[in-house]
Amino acid sequence: MSQVIVYDTPDRSVEDIARDLKSKFPAVDVLKAAPKRLHVQVPRDISFEVCKFMKEGLSFEHCSCVTTVDYIDHFTVVFHISSWTNHILSEVLVDLPRDDPTVDSITPLWGGANWHEREAYDLMGIVFKGHPDLRRIMMPEEFKFHPLRKDFIVGRRV
Amino acid sequence: MSSDEMWINMGPQHPFNHGLWNLRVKLKGETITQAEPIIGYLHRGWEKMVENRTYSQIVPLADRLCYGSSLSWNHLYCLTAEKLYGIEAPDRAKYIRVAVLELQRITSHLTWLMAVGTDLGSYTIMTWSIRERELFLDLLCKLSGARMTYNYCRIGGVRNDYPENYERDVLRVLDEFEKRLRDLESLMDENEPFLMRTVGISKMDGKTAMNLGLTGPIMRASGVDMDLRKLDPYEVYADMKFEVCTHTDGDVYARYRVRMDEMRESMKIVRQALSETPAGPIRVKVPRCPPKGNVVCHVEDPRGESLMYMVSDGSEKPYRLKVRSPNFVNLSASPPMLVGFKISDVPAIMGVMDMCIGETDR
Amino acid sequence: MSNLYIELTNFTEWLLGLVASILDWTKLGFLSDFGEWLQTAPVVDFVSTLLVVAIFLITAMMFGLCFIWQERKFLGRFMDRRGTQVGFLGFFQNFADGIKVILKEHIVPKDSDHRLFELAIFAYLASTFMLFGCIPFSDNFYVINVNLAVLLGVAIFAFGPFSILIGGWSSNNKFTLIGGMRAAAQLIALEIPLLLCIVSVVVMTGDLSFVGIVAWQEQNIWLIVPLCIGALTFFIAAIGESERIPFDLPEAEAELVEGWATEYGDVRWGLQMASDYFRAYILSGLFTMLFLGGWAGPEFIWAEAWYLAKTFIVFFFFIWVRAATVRIRTDQILKMGWRRLLPMAVINLLIAVALKVAGVF
Repeated sequence: MSQVIVYDTPDRSVEDIARDLKSKFPAVDVLKAAPKRLHVQVPRDISFEVCKFMKEGLSFEHCSCVTTVDYIDHFTVVFHISSWTNHILSEVLVDLPRDDPTVDSITPLWGGANWHEREAYDLMGIVFKGHPDLRRIMMPEEFKFHPLRKDFIVGRRV
Repeated sequence: MSSDEMWINMGPQHPFNHGLWNLRVKLKGETITQAEPIIGYLHRGWEKMVENRTYSQIVPLADRLCYGSSLSWNHLYCLTAEKLYGIEAPDRAKYIRVAVLELQRITSHLTWLMAVGTDLGSYTIMTWSIRERELFLDLLCKLSGARMTYNYCRIGGVRNDYPENYERDVLRVLDEFEKRLRDLESLMDENEPFLMRTVGISKMDGKTAMNLGLTGPIMRASGVDMDLRKLDPYEVYADMKFEVCTHTDGDVYARYRVRMDEMRESMKIVRQALSETPAGPIRVKVPRCPPKGNVVCHVEDPRGESLMYMVSDGSEKPYRLKVRSPNFVNLSASPPMLVGFKISDVPAIMGVMDMCIGETDR
Repeated sequence: MSNLYIELTNFTEWLLGLVASILDWTKLGFLSDFGEWLQTAPVVDFVSTLLVVAIFLITAMMFGLCFIWQERKFLGRFMDRRGTQVGFLGFFQNFADGIKVILKEHIVPKDSDHRLFELAIFAYLASTFMLFGCIPFSDNFYVINVNLAVLLGVAIFAFGPFSILIGGWSSNNKFTLIGGMRAAAQLIALEIPLLLCIVSVVVMTGDLSFVGIVAWQEQNIWLIVPLCIGALTFFIAAIGESERIPFDLPEAEAELVEGWATEYGDVRWGLQMASDYFRAYILSGLFTMLFLGGWAGPEFIWAEAWYLAKTFIVFFFFIWVRAATVRIRTDQILKMGWRRLLPMAVINLLIAVALKVAGVF
């Protein structure tokens, strides 16, 4: 019989973690470090390394969500990654150019991101490099569009 | 694929899947060697739909994410929107919300128990839990006027105050339910066939569960003390006295046990919230358009962590609203749970997961 | 009640005599000859046997329907609901269901093996209806009373899994195939303990006919007392044989839709469902006959009524088990059949032999 993993009091504060992240990756831009929340902006080329460091060095053990937002001129991929040990929900924003929406997949790090990334690929057309099984999930295989993009007009015959 | 194996499509229309989804399993004899859940049959484009609605129009739509626990989705949407607007609900509304959310959790768990009963072939479990659920549905109906989709929370509070003598009615139901819950438990815990079907099936340890993104009762059954009501308290959960129910076995029985214990804890919270509800307004005024910005909010749904990420461009409609449904991720983690077990275990394993395709496909 | 055969032979003789006298009255030679031929012994025998079979089958089926009604009502009460409400105490639900399934369209899957598909279900039904004939209601109310009646009944019973397997295979559907295989495996695993229990009864009574077994119990003791282990084993195996929860694996609807009967629609499905109940009824009748003294009982009511009352009580326990338990897995059933029930049946047989050798009975 194994022991219950208990998350009582946080080990480290948000500021502490933000400082660690900043010193390891100077390119990372810490937007906000509120209690229990950490918002960081990460360049696309080092996103995987940052996530890896967060998982292995900063004990972010759970991937809550992968969101994509279409800002017309660029895409933003938002990784919501939680650390139950430190009671933090972090928000890792990665900006992608509209003509090349590719980003490194975080599924190798957190298996829970698998379907979120498939959904982002399906509905927003973001390509996740290194994803084990990048197929459409909601829409049929032969569907040609990415319906959550802002240029997809609702009600148009497809 | 060798000649003694075959693929079986269990779905989209199949008695065991509650909702429209398809579980493809590869069988060798009766043992599952590979499994692949397929979803998307109920995809309504919810996230696109809400981009074309005003903030207040989305409140009833949020109900429709899941018919089993519509209030928790409704509440999550209102909570996220409140954060975006930068307002806070009055204290009385917060206490009312907590009490009603816990009633909703009990209802949702009873719906789940009903499904488990049918999946395992015991219609007694099903009818008994429906009977109990009816008590709570009556309470929620009295409060909101609807049995399933309540449309009760509002951005900035709740729609209406408790009706007359509501506290008395709730306490009466809780006292009755406590007795009946013991009956229900004895129907299952002292039932040898039930134990044969559940103990030791689909074991999963905490580390794997964490990596696969599982949340909620399934996660707690694997021995991870993770409950957002404790870890990231919202509303007035920080003041509530309750235990997080965990189990260390990580099998189907543990998942069942965690949910049953949770109903007891929920009753505690309801009692406390009812007795401590302060007087005061139940709603604050909200402007039409929120400021520009983005906000993330996550709560402990009956099924696990549900999260909403909302982006506003300053107009009266949200620019983007992303929903993280707990069931979506739990379902994606089902292949490792299923492989190596018999086809007869599929209903047991998927049944305790509390499938809700409404929120999975959105 | 006096013997059904004697009564009906007298009635047939009277009836045929009446017909013959009418024919005689016409004064036409060939008709008079035909009337005389009607009154010969083989014809009278044939007609009276037909009448016996018809009356017996209708009675047995009516009580089979009563079992469905009993299950509905009692299961309803176990589940804290009222059960069916159609007609007087819900009794007409069966007829409503029957009319409904008869009006359904007859569908045969395109890729199925049509002939076998149609045949298998009727083989299953035929074996069930034949079983009715093997179980007497009393020493006066029966169809056949051969010396090997028990053996005959069990032999017909063993025909069931065969037709289920054919039905499951010929439907050309993966669910029915698995269901058919399960049925065959499960029924064979449970049949052997069942047979061993019957053997122990035969050892005790020294008779293979139901009349003899019941007569022995009337003189000595109900066999459930000395052979309680056997009675328990028989009861559990009987639930499995009749494919009821917790052993309804062949048609486990949670994983196999409707098991081997998935592709059967319309009245064939209805008869298959009814047939499951008829089999449960026959098995509870067997239990009554073998362990509860059959129709033996104080003589203030008919012997048939005693038999039926006991059978209904046994079936009540079937319903109780169904209401209280969940379905268990195939491997668990097989394990239970071979590793638990079989040893129990063997021990029971040893007890029976020991009692017989020691001369207790």
